[in-house]
Amino acid sequence: MSNCPDILRAALLGTALTTLALPAVAEPLGLGRAATPEEIAAWDVNVMPDGTGLPPGEGDVWTGDEVFAEYCASCHGDFAEGRDAWPKLAGGFGSLDKVDPVKTVGSFWPYVSTVWDYVNRSMPFGGAGNLTPDEVYAITAYILYSNDLVDEDFVLSPETWDQVEMPNVDGFIIDDRAEAEYAVWRAEPCMTDCRDAPATINRRASDVGVTPADDGTMVESPMEALLAKYGGTEWGAERVSGSVYMDGRPDEMAAMPEAAETEAVQEANAEPTAPAAAEPEPEAETGPDPVVVAAGEKVFKRCSACHAVGDGARNKSGPQLNGIIGRPVAALEDFRYSKVFTTLGEEGQVWDMDSLTEFLANPRAWAKGTKMSFAGLKSEYDIHAVIVYLEAASD
Amino acid sequence: MSDGNTTRRGVLRGALAGSAALAAGRAAAESDPLITELQDWTSFGGDPITARPYGLPIRFEADVIRRNVPWLTADPVSSINFTPIHALEGTITPQGCAFERHHSGAIELAKENYRLMINGLVDQPLVFSYADLERFPRENHVYFCECAANTGMEWAGAQLNGAQFTHGMLHNMEYTGIPMRTLLQEAGLGAAGDLADKWIYVEGADASSNGRSIPMEKALDDVLVAFKANGEALRKEHGYPVRLVVPGWEGNMWVKWLRRIEVTDGPVESREETSKYTDVLEDGTARKWTWVMDAKSVITSPSPQQPITHGHGPVVITGLAWSGHGKITRVDVSKDGGMTWETARLDRGSDPKALARFYLDTEWNGEPWLLQSRAMDETGYVQPTKAALREVRGENSVYHNNCIQTWAIAADGSAENVELS
Repeated sequence: MSNCPDILRAALLGTALTTLALPAVAEPLGLGRAATPEEIAAWDVNVMPDGTGLPPGEGDVWTGDEVFAEYCASCHGDFAEGRDAWPKLAGGFGSLDKVDPVKTVGSFWPYVSTVWDYVNRSMPFGGAGNLTPDEVYAITAYILYSNDLVDEDFVLSPETWDQVEMPNVDGFIIDDRAEAEYAVWRAEPCMTDCRDAPATINRRASDVGVTPADDGTMVESPMEALLAKYGGTEWGAERVSGSVYMDGRPDEMAAMPEAAETEAVQEANAEPTAPAAAEPEPEAETGPDPVVVAAGEKVFKRCSACHAVGDGARNKSGPQLNGIIGRPVAALEDFRYSKVFTTLGEEGQVWDMDSLTEFLANPRAWAKGTKMSFAGLKSEYDIHAVIVYLEAASD
Repeated sequence: MSDGNTTRRGVLRGALAGSAALAAGRAAAESDPLITELQDWTSFGGDPITARPYGLPIRFEADVIRRNVPWLTADPVSSINFTPIHALEGTITPQGCAFERHHSGAIELAKENYRLMINGLVDQPLVFSYADLERFPRENHVYFCECAANTGMEWAGAQLNGAQFTHGMLHNMEYTGIPMRTLLQEAGLGAAGDLADKWIYVEGADASSNGRSIPMEKALDDVLVAFKANGEALRKEHGYPVRLVVPGWEGNMWVKWLRRIEVTDGPVESREETSKYTDVLEDGTARKWTWVMDAKSVITSPSPQQPITHGHGPVVITGLAWSGHGKITRVDVSKDGGMTWETARLDRGSDPKALARFYLDTEWNGEPWLLQSRAMDETGYVQPTKAALREVRGENSVYHNNCIQTWAIAADGSAENVELS
């Protein structure tokens, strides 16, 4: 290691590294400890485009179909077509030079290794790192198949790695701003008479009206305008829900009563004792308290990306919740539940005040393995309110 | 005591009522009871020193907070919020309102559970604890961090009405950290051979792991492995206990909860450097490795969330400018949509790859303004118009939109995000 400075200096001579100042401390300090082979194997799992780093294993398209349905389809759709605002993984061919290109694995991603690596390290969302190598091979094979890039009898493995041709592998160029932009824009700027004609306003933010209001209310905007503006982009708007404060308000400020300017918090303050009463049906006789229902409706905005309730509610990436109080777990035949819910349902578990309260406080602890990517509600009042709202909205 | 009159808004409302008189010169005033009458706060004691072991902003500032745009992303666990740059001054961003971007949520990782591995083409793969890192020579530097998608929603037209939303994927902090080259030398780079074509691959400990490849030249230059920001520990949402700082380069590379550095013989071509954070051009090809954030500026006040409420007369136009190529050397301001420009005052100079604050101390008498700012950096680069950017890149790039921003100031002092002919 003592030859490091020489190596660095050698590298500096023939490259752009010439301006680099070498650190004052040339000798190692002897800090840290040697990494063990087991530790390196556990963390160094990234895969290079040529397949370097792949573990042994294999996966075929049909196995991939099943594994994908289990782990991926709730967000990405059964056919990798994407649900709600979650990424589409298939299709989009020929769209890259059109308005709002659809950048999928098939139409855009240059390397299979990127898919394998990302699925292996970062998926499924809310439960990363649990897939076996064979499952990752199978999921990757299925995504390739969904893009018509391999046949239905294809088996992906280190041996078949080179057989996959990604259509957009040559679709990338290395940053050319130095020639295409800097050469032009590094110039003395104009100070007077800089336009041919006086400026006029072409477009206004108020034309689209997609800015969240500062009072914590929802974005009110025609869905069609949003879809036209953002549909299909990665910052896509295929849904409008939530409020500024529901997601963005720092916890510590929400906990400060004197800081409260939002309706939600004021309502919470108006009914501070309601949640403490953990009675099964506190509103059974008099009907639900409209203040609590309103508070619960606001809380539900955090759920509404994946769940619907009320008239005409349909399954989204999560099941519809009409009549959830008293409904057996995993009761909907047209929804594909996580395994843990199917098992609980078979065991006779029913959604009631107690089970819902426990589940909403810590979903992943109550239903280990749930695909629901929600950390849980911290406030007992929020939990109480949202349950009251679910019951009221189901009527 | 009346809370309504002591909020900032209340004061502004009161001032607005007297603005007509102000416009004609200094107004004669009736005596102000806030002065002539003894106020509670002047008479009674305030909070004891035990009230606030760690203080938050006073309640009157409760609107100076991060905000998000719910429709931007599918799930708030993998999403972004925005720094309230319209309401901040100076250049340092307080950690508590500095934007957050997570790909799998802000995780809780204790110092005693923290490990940093260096492996790959090094002489001795090493593991460091947090305590080990505190024993390396460390440095302090101020740098801006800008998400590559900042202003990305504005490519297709004027969309979001506020500097917070158009330009708030931005913060600027003083970092304490260890130069990456120090850690690489500790592991030894002899095994890497010629460094000119080598890379490092960095990844985080969260569920997204967010891996990025960085050329060795940059790694040996100014990349920091940081564990403090603005004098205190990193906040959970900014990567506590250790994050990467990649000065001047897009925020996605500033890996949070940094757990591994691998010396490699090529880029990994991870998801975040192929399918995301690449810029699709008009013909469908995409630029990759567009790491540097080019010079950019925005007027933070007046702006849609910070309208002119004080009536006619003196007004301070202020904003931020920054460049991933080095120092900001000049900022010009136009009031007529770019026909004529005047050079603003750069406050306190500028650190390289850090936010600079500019001011134009001027006068407004109700005339409509089309306010713009235009930054120049030490390479001579001039911030382009949106039209110039579109001419080169089309409208589908999403990332790296550093165009000149326009706020339309109306006769009533309100401001709106607009796009010009």
